[in-house]
Amino acid sequence: MTHDHDHDHHDNDLDPMAARVRALETILTRKGLVDAAAIDAIVETYETKVGPRNGAHVVVKAWSDPAFADWLRRDATAAIASLGYAGRQGEHMQAVFNTAETHNLVVCTLCSCYPWSVLGLPPVWYKAPPYRSRAVLDPRGVLAEFGLVLPEGQKVRVWDSTAELRYLVIPMQPEGTEGWSEDRLAKLVSRDSMIGTAVALAPEAA
Amino acid sequence: MSPSETAALAGTRDEAVFSEPWQAEAFALVVALNERGVFSWTEWADALSAQVRQTNAAADGSDYYERWLAALEALLVRKGFIEQADVEALTAAWHRAAHATPHGQPILLENDPMHPESTV
Repeated sequence: MTHDHDHDHHDNDLDPMAARVRALETILTRKGLVDAAAIDAIVETYETKVGPRNGAHVVVKAWSDPAFADWLRRDATAAIASLGYAGRQGEHMQAVFNTAETHNLVVCTLCSCYPWSVLGLPPVWYKAPPYRSRAVLDPRGVLAEFGLVLPEGQKVRVWDSTAELRYLVIPMQPEGTEGWSEDRLAKLVSRDSMIGTAVALAPEAA
Repeated sequence: MSPSETAALAGTRDEAVFSEPWQAEAFALVVALNERGVFSWTEWADALSAQVRQTNAAADGSDYYERWLAALEALLVRKGFIEQADVEALTAAWHRAAHATPHGQPILLENDPMHPESTV
């Protein structure tokens, strides 16, 4: 690239990665494989419409409706879709229920497979190498770093996501919240509690 | 990896979905191309996995979308939808267009001094 312009003049400069994305988008648009409006719509959906509130809705429904919980256990893909949250990549969902005996933790050791339709896009740490490698090797150590120390005797089961199968952790309903409204209960369900690096908030913490 | 690395990561709880606009565009390109049937999601996961498993990947995941874009280019080249040389040429054209665009105006590819239409 030539640098014959006046360096005192503040002309426009594109970030190298921004230029590469534009180049790819230009080529793909010319080939008729993408269009700008579709790209904008996808960005808007993931920035504003899809997020862990969807997953919290699923969890709260499972807490307050035994028939839904049962459906969620048997066919999570259909049960979740019934609430309007369908995966865009045709992936299957499995709901893994925490119990007094077993705590569930989700990871993707290969890359960053994640249940987008119910949790939005994954947090940075979920995509980073330390979590991806250590969640399997030392789940209790990882949980301790998230401030979660499990009772002795509660086992940890780690679920490794794939492109075809994504997991949603259903945390246990906190004691003392029986009879709460769904809206009130949803505030107790954090994103991390549905990945398994946290549990649902206690009523006094909400 | 030290335990403190994950501890520090766990502290970054409420980050924005995308930290720069190009990351959102790169993300959306993959979703759009998959929905159009250009590649399956399994093919995509394999391509992304090959990039993020490289030993020089940043431990804090900060280069995730750089790897995302590299995976997309590699997959499209391998499947014959694009040629690497075209990506390099268009990238250079976008840089030239940015330099040639007066400050405060939208950067258009037509502003590239070497663009066929800009010489008309």
